[in-house]
Amino acid sequence: METINQKQQGKALSRLEGALKVTGAAQYAGEYSAPDLLYGHVVNSTIPKGKIQKIYTEEILKLPGIIEIFTHENRPSLAWFNFQYSDMDAPPGSPFRPLHDAEIKYYGQPVALVVAESFEEARFAASVLKIDYEKEAFTTNFTNQLDDARAPKRGFATLLKPLPPKPKGDFDKAFDESPVQVSADDYYHGTEHHNPMEMHATTTMFEGEGKLTIYDKTQGTVNSQLYVANVFGLSFKDVRVIAPYVGGAFGSGLQPQYQLFMSVMAALELKRSVRVTLTRAQMYTFGHRPPTLQQIKVAAEMDGKITALHHKATAETSRFEDYTEVVVNWGNILYPVENTKLDYELVPVDVYSPLDMRAPGGSTGLHPLECALDELAYELKMDPLDLRLKNYAEQDDSENRPFSSKELKECYLQGAEKFGWYNRSPQPRSMRRGNRLVGYGMATGIWESMTLPAKAEATLTKEGKFRVRSAVTDIGTGTLTVMTQIAADALGVGLDEVEFEYGDSKMPFAPIQGGSYTVSTVGSAVVAACQALRKRLLKIAQKANGSLFETASESKVSLTNGHLSLSEKPDVAVSFQELLTVSGKRMIKASKTNIPNPLTLKKYTRAAHSAAFVEVEVDEELGVINVTRALTAVAAGTIVNPKTARSQIVGGMVWGISKALREETITDHRLGRYMNPNLAEYHIPVHADIHDLDVIFVEEKDDIVNPLGSKGLGEIGIVALPPAIANAVFHATGKRIHQLPIHFDMLL
Amino acid sequence: MNNFTYTKAQSTEEAVAGLAKNSQAELLAGGTNLIDLMKYNLQHAEHLIDINHVQGCQTIEENSAGGIRLGALVTNADTAYHPLIGQRYPLLSKAILAGASAQIRNMATNGGNLLQRTRCYYFYDAHAPCNKREPGTGCSALEGYNRIMAILGTSPQCIAVFPSDMCVALAALEAVVRVKGPAGERVINFEDFHRLPADTPHLDNSLQAGEMITGIDLPEEGFEQNYSYLKLRDRNSYSFALVSVATGLKLSGDRIDLARIALGGVAHKPWRVKEAEEFLKGKTASPENFTKAADLILEGAVGFTHNAFKIELAKRAIVRNGIMALNPSETQRPGAQPSL
Repeated sequence: METINQKQQGKALSRLEGALKVTGAAQYAGEYSAPDLLYGHVVNSTIPKGKIQKIYTEEILKLPGIIEIFTHENRPSLAWFNFQYSDMDAPPGSPFRPLHDAEIKYYGQPVALVVAESFEEARFAASVLKIDYEKEAFTTNFTNQLDDARAPKRGFATLLKPLPPKPKGDFDKAFDESPVQVSADDYYHGTEHHNPMEMHATTTMFEGEGKLTIYDKTQGTVNSQLYVANVFGLSFKDVRVIAPYVGGAFGSGLQPQYQLFMSVMAALELKRSVRVTLTRAQMYTFGHRPPTLQQIKVAAEMDGKITALHHKATAETSRFEDYTEVVVNWGNILYPVENTKLDYELVPVDVYSPLDMRAPGGSTGLHPLECALDELAYELKMDPLDLRLKNYAEQDDSENRPFSSKELKECYLQGAEKFGWYNRSPQPRSMRRGNRLVGYGMATGIWESMTLPAKAEATLTKEGKFRVRSAVTDIGTGTLTVMTQIAADALGVGLDEVEFEYGDSKMPFAPIQGGSYTVSTVGSAVVAACQALRKRLLKIAQKANGSLFETASESKVSLTNGHLSLSEKPDVAVSFQELLTVSGKRMIKASKTNIPNPLTLKKYTRAAHSAAFVEVEVDEELGVINVTRALTAVAAGTIVNPKTARSQIVGGMVWGISKALREETITDHRLGRYMNPNLAEYHIPVHADIHDLDVIFVEEKDDIVNPLGSKGLGEIGIVALPPAIANAVFHATGKRIHQLPIHFDMLL
Repeated sequence: MNNFTYTKAQSTEEAVAGLAKNSQAELLAGGTNLIDLMKYNLQHAEHLIDINHVQGCQTIEENSAGGIRLGALVTNADTAYHPLIGQRYPLLSKAILAGASAQIRNMATNGGNLLQRTRCYYFYDAHAPCNKREPGTGCSALEGYNRIMAILGTSPQCIAVFPSDMCVALAALEAVVRVKGPAGERVINFEDFHRLPADTPHLDNSLQAGEMITGIDLPEEGFEQNYSYLKLRDRNSYSFALVSVATGLKLSGDRIDLARIALGGVAHKPWRVKEAEEFLKGKTASPENFTKAADLILEGAVGFTHNAFKIELAKRAIVRNGIMALNPSETQRPGAQPSL
C-alpha cells in the first residue's frame, strides 16, 4: 500500500463552513424557495392502530389557499413491490409506505398531506381536518409481550450488522463451576429519539420535463435519489438530491423519511415546487432507538480470569420490519472467554420501526457488559481497570482472528494516568467533597471500523485549481474540512488549491453517512481519485514533453506553483495551462471507485477502542448527580484533524451523559403514544449539565484498515460513557441502578 | 394555529375594553406560553390584544407602603437583574433565574408568569382526555405517567402542577396582585390568586373574565438577610421543578422570628402551610425544627404511581433549604451546588 505525504492531515483546522453556519448564511433543506412554491403540512393519525373510515376533506378544500389534500384515497399510483421502497438502510421486512391504504399501524402515522399557497394556511387546514377511525386493540409495551420474542429475520441489513455468533464451550457448566459470579436480568432503557436541531424538511423543485431537484435533509443523497426514483417510477438521471448542510441527524437521516415522499408526490401531482417541513412533534413519528431489556451473566476465576459470559438482549421492533442492531457481540471481542452464550431477540409491537441512533447497539450492549465487569471487579476485590487488563484481548476471540491494530492498553494507561484513576479509594461511599459523595467509574468502548465502496472524482480546472467531488453529505462532523485535508495531501498541494464539493447525488456515489465509516470510505475514494488524477497529469506531461518526464512515476512528481515538476529536480516542470492545452480539454478529470478488498479485510477485526474515566458527585440526601469530570482516551488510527476529532469525541461524551442521566421518550402504553415530543420535556443536556470533559488520542498505526490508517470517530465517543457513569454512581453511593436514564430520585 | 385578528392597546383601559368587547380575545404580552399553546392547537384565541406597549405597567418602583411594585409588563429578566430586587428581594431574583432559559426570560413578563399553564403531558396532547383543557373528558394523568404531577391539593379531576418558579418566591413574600377589569381595580392576595383544581380544573386562577394583571406589590419584608431558593429537577437548567422550595427567614441570632416556606412543583398552586411557619416562630433554625415544619407542610400529601418520591424529596428539600438560608452569601451565589 502506498503511503501518502501527510502535511494537511494532522492540522487542527476549524471547519471551513463554520462561519457560514454561525452567521446563518448556510442554507438548509427547508430554506430553499421557488417563485411558485407550495407548502405541505402533514396530518398524523391520532390512534395507534385501526382503520381510517372517513376523511372529511370537502369542507377543508374550501378554505382559503388550499390547493389539494392527499390521502390514501387519491394518492397517485405508486410502485408495488416492497424492494422498491427499500433504501440502503432498510431492515428486513415490508417498508412503511406513506398513504398506502386505510390501515393505521402506529400512533402518529402520516395520513394526509394538506397543500396550500402558504405555510400558515396549510398548517391551519391540517389542524382542522376531521378523520373518523375504526379503533383496534393494540400494544406498544414489548416488555408485556416477552413470550412473543423471536430471532430476527435476516436480510441485507444483517450483513453490515451481524447477528450474534454461535455459543462456544459450555456456558452453564463454566458459570456454575466458577468461584465468582455476577448476574442480572433487569438492564433496561426505554425509547429514545434522535432530536437533531434541524427538523426534517424537503423542498422539491419541479423543473419541468420530468426533472426534479430535491433539497432533502438526509444522511445520503444517493439513498434519497434511489428511493424517489424507485417509488415514483422515475429515471435516476431525472432525480437530483442535494443536501447542502445537515443540522444534525444522529441516524434519523439514514433512511428517507416521509416528508421526502410527501414533497415529491405533491410536486409531481401538482406540477409545482413543494416544501414539506416536519414539526418537532412530528420528529417523534418515525424511527427511534428501540427500548431494550438485557440480561447478563459473567463468571471468573479467583485471579480475575473471565470464564463464562452470557449476554442476552430483547428489543422492540415494529410489526412490519425486523430492525436489528449489534448489541451482544461486543463482549467476546473485548474479552477472551471460552464459554459464551450470546442471544438477541425481537418483540414486534404497534410502533414505527426503530432506526439507527447514536452508536446503535454498541451503546446499548456495552452498558450491561461494562457494568457487570465493574460488579465482577468488586466481587473479586480487584481494581476495575486491573480486571480489564487481566482479560485484555490480544486477538478477537469471537472470530479467532487478529485486530488490524489495537492500542486499547495505551488508552487504559494514559487515560488512568491523566485522570488520576489510582487516587481512587476503592471502597464505595469512601470519597467525599463537602457533604457530597464522590465516585470514580471507568468503562471500555469499542466500535467497528467499516469501509464501504465509494467513488470520487478529482479535476484540474481551467483556473489551474483542483476540485474533488463526492455525493457524500456533511452531517456536521467536519466532512468537508477533513476531505479537503485528505485531498490536498493526496494531490500534494496546499489547502487553498483544493475545493471539495459534496452533498449532491449527481456527484460520484457515496453510501449513507453513518456508523463512523465516512472518513474511511469516502476518504479512501478521494485518495484513489487524486492519485488517478496525478497519474493522468503525468501522462499528459509525458505527451507534452516526453523526454523530460519519461522515467518519472506518479510518486516522484510535485504539483506546485501551477506546475507539474519532478520532485527531485523542480526546474523540470510543465505548467498546468500547458497540460490543459495538450489535453485539448477545458479541464482534466479522473475518477476512481475504491472497493475495499474483502479478502484482506476479513482476516482482521477492525475497530476503534476507547477507555472512559468519569467522576461524579452525588448529593445523596437530594439525589442530585453531576458528572464533574470525564476523560475519554481513544485509539482510532490516524487522526486527520485533531480539532474536529476532539469535537466529535466531546460531542459523543455529551450524548453519553445524556443517555446515562437525561434523555428518554416517555410512552403512555394505555394510549400507545409518546408523551414528551418536544425539547422542553425530552431532556437532552444543557451547558449547566456539562463540566470538565477531556480527550486523549493515543497513537495508533494501522496499515490494514484503509490507505489513510484512520478508523473514524463518532460513535466511539459515546459508548463507554453510560457504563462509566453508572459505575461511578455505584462507587459514590453503593447503589447499582440498571435502568437508564438514572433519575436522581432513584438514589433517594 | 387558527386565524386570529390582532390589535395593539396603548393603555390598560384600552386593553380591558378590548377584552370586554370580545370574550374570545386574549392578551398578548411576551407570548412565550400563549403562542406555544396556539401552535400546539391547545388554545384558539380569535383575537389578540397586544399589551406590550401599554403604559403604566412597565416599571419597577418603590411603593407608598415601603415595598416595591413590579409592573406586569416588565420582563422576568429585567426584574431578576433589577438592583432593587437584587438588594431587597434576592429570593425573587434567584427564583426567577432558576426558571426557563435566558431567551425565554428575556421575553416573558411578570404578569404572564402568573398566568402560564401547566406542563402536564396530557394537557399538552390535544388528543388525550384532559379536564383542564376540555372539562368533562377525564384526567389522563391520574392513571398515566404522573412523575411530574402533584402530591398536594389534588382532586380526582386533575393532578397537574403549576410550573412557575417566580410564583413560589412571590407566595413566600406574600405579594399582592393588582388587577384591572370592567368593574375597576382590585387587589388579590397571592395565596388567593392561584386555585386548587377541585371540580373546575380548567380555572387556574381567580381572575374574573375581562380582568388583566397590571402589577405585583411586594411588601416591605424581603428576607434579604436569610433566604434560599432550591430547585430539584431532571436537568440543571431549562426544566421544570419536580420539587422547589422558597424559604425566607428573619432571625435573632439562631432563633427564628419569622419564617416563610413555599413549595413549587407539588401542587396546582405554590404551596404554603401557615401552621408550619407558626411552628418555626421562636424556634432554633435547626435541621430538627425544619424537619418538623416539613412534616406539617407535607401533611396530607398523596403520591401517585410515579411520583410518591416527591413527598420525601420535598421534606428533605425543605430542611436543606432552611439550612441554606442561614448562609445565603455562600449557598446562593451563581453556580453554587445545592449541597453544603
